[in-house]
Amino acid sequence: MKSNRIVITVVGIDKVGIIAGVTSVLAKYNANIVDISQTIMQEFFTMIMIVDIAQCTVDFSELKQLLDQCAQELQVKITAQHEDVFRYMHRI
Amino acid sequence: MPFTFGIDEILETIRMIEAEHLDIRTITLGISLNDCSGSDAETIIRKIYNKIVKYGENLVPVAEEIERDYGIPIINKRVSVTPLSLIAALRDEEEYVRCAHAMDRAAKEIGVDFIGGFTALVHKGFTKQDRLLVNAIPGALSETERVCSSVNVASTKAGINMDAVNIMGQIIKETARRTAHKESIGCAKLVVFCNAPEDNPFMAGAFHGAGEPEAAVNVGVSGPGVVLKAIKQLPHADLGTIAEIIKKTAFKVTRMGELVGRAASERLKVSFGIVDLSLAPTPAVGDSVASILEAMGLESCGGPGTTAALAMLNDAVKKGGAMASSYVGGLSGAFIPVSEDAGMVEAVEAGSLSLEKLEAMTSVCSVGLDMIALPGDVSAETIAAIIADEAAIGMINNKTTAVRVIPVEGKKAGDRVEFGGLLGSAVIMDYKKFDATGFVVRGGRIPAPIQALNN
Repeated sequence: MKSNRIVITVVGIDKVGIIAGVTSVLAKYNANIVDISQTIMQEFFTMIMIVDIAQCTVDFSELKQLLDQCAQELQVKITAQHEDVFRYMHRI
Repeated sequence: MPFTFGIDEILETIRMIEAEHLDIRTITLGISLNDCSGSDAETIIRKIYNKIVKYGENLVPVAEEIERDYGIPIINKRVSVTPLSLIAALRDEEEYVRCAHAMDRAAKEIGVDFIGGFTALVHKGFTKQDRLLVNAIPGALSETERVCSSVNVASTKAGINMDAVNIMGQIIKETARRTAHKESIGCAKLVVFCNAPEDNPFMAGAFHGAGEPEAAVNVGVSGPGVVLKAIKQLPHADLGTIAEIIKKTAFKVTRMGELVGRAASERLKVSFGIVDLSLAPTPAVGDSVASILEAMGLESCGGPGTTAALAMLNDAVKKGGAMASSYVGGLSGAFIPVSEDAGMVEAVEAGSLSLEKLEAMTSVCSVGLDMIALPGDVSAETIAAIIADEAAIGMINNKTTAVRVIPVEGKKAGDRVEFGGLLGSAVIMDYKKFDATGFVVRGGRIPAPIQALNN
């Protein structure tokens, strides 16, 4: 992985505290949010974040596990993938 | 350099993976066994085992790491090796079977589900080693779990070796008999080729060809579900528009193969071989090539119009995929393995898909008569004739064709068999009961066609 940026998506039923819940996990482990966008699509809360994990205090797979726990608590679905997946598929 | 993706782009990728079965079907590590010769069986077998384990031990951990980083499922991790008959000067069949056991143990040790390369290339004739290896196939496939075998019996440049075709009819029958207690599953691990590619990552036909490097990573992508979804969104579009959308979808799917292949090659420190642009179905609902053809407007796969629809699908997949990868190879085309595609199985049950129609379909797509269950009483000569027909299509059209049929002991046309896992389930197909023995037993070689004279 040349860059250290990942794409995190959060999808679920809208309620209070989703952004706070997810971002506090990222802040706790020093993952830097580079870009964030949030919308309601077909009644679903949808948030997408580009996150730099170069200075993150845990490695990517551990961060994914922490986000999974967070997803269970918030009852939303969280995915985290390296940004190359999107760059390869959508940019030539 | 920060740049942001569109929400729609990000969600499209995630939807493809989560809902439409986009995955990497296989990462196959090709390993050369050229330096594994020796003066006795013990030495040769030991060298082969050690080399596979040494080169392959990181394959599964690396693939799992890539899966985690990119969030793309990698379904199979496999190993292919140099055709065994080329490197192992073993003295008898029993030694070849022992060698298959060593390959099996090595595959188990490194955690791969299949290892290909119990292979002989006999399109022009048999060497002594080829003959021993081919005779050892029923033993090797019935006594091992993970070893896959392939035999190339024809090519555009050499013609069809009908002696080999006849022998393979018998070998398939014998393999079916020896694995009768498990629905003749041994035959699912045996492919008879015309124009076999040297860098194919897909089992059971994968082997690491003579022109390949010391080791190489070859990747097979998948994505019938993604293509199906895209077509379903355009119920009234004309076929030019459908072809365009398939191209775009194939491009995106293949990019994932390129990404994963490059990452695997970098992390394993071996050459990046090829991406195989194949549309490979699985038994999962919605991951079916037959369903794509039906979404284009056919009532059932196998009916009139199927060959045309499949030709267009296959061509569009290649056009889209070719742009997406720097090195394309392997089989590259839509697969139609009957038992592995739920839509194909339904079409057989509905009576729309016959063996003869499948044969026609193989002239416009990859790969051949694949994973077709036949009645247990089909003769070796009939199987040989089916192989000869399929090889003729490959030879004349300069393409790879293959036969992987399973004459299931004790079953008759219409019965259902379960092979399990990705091999799926099948309905035993009927075949035309006219005898071809008089033709096939003539033996000899069908000469290379005029297409071969292209220098």
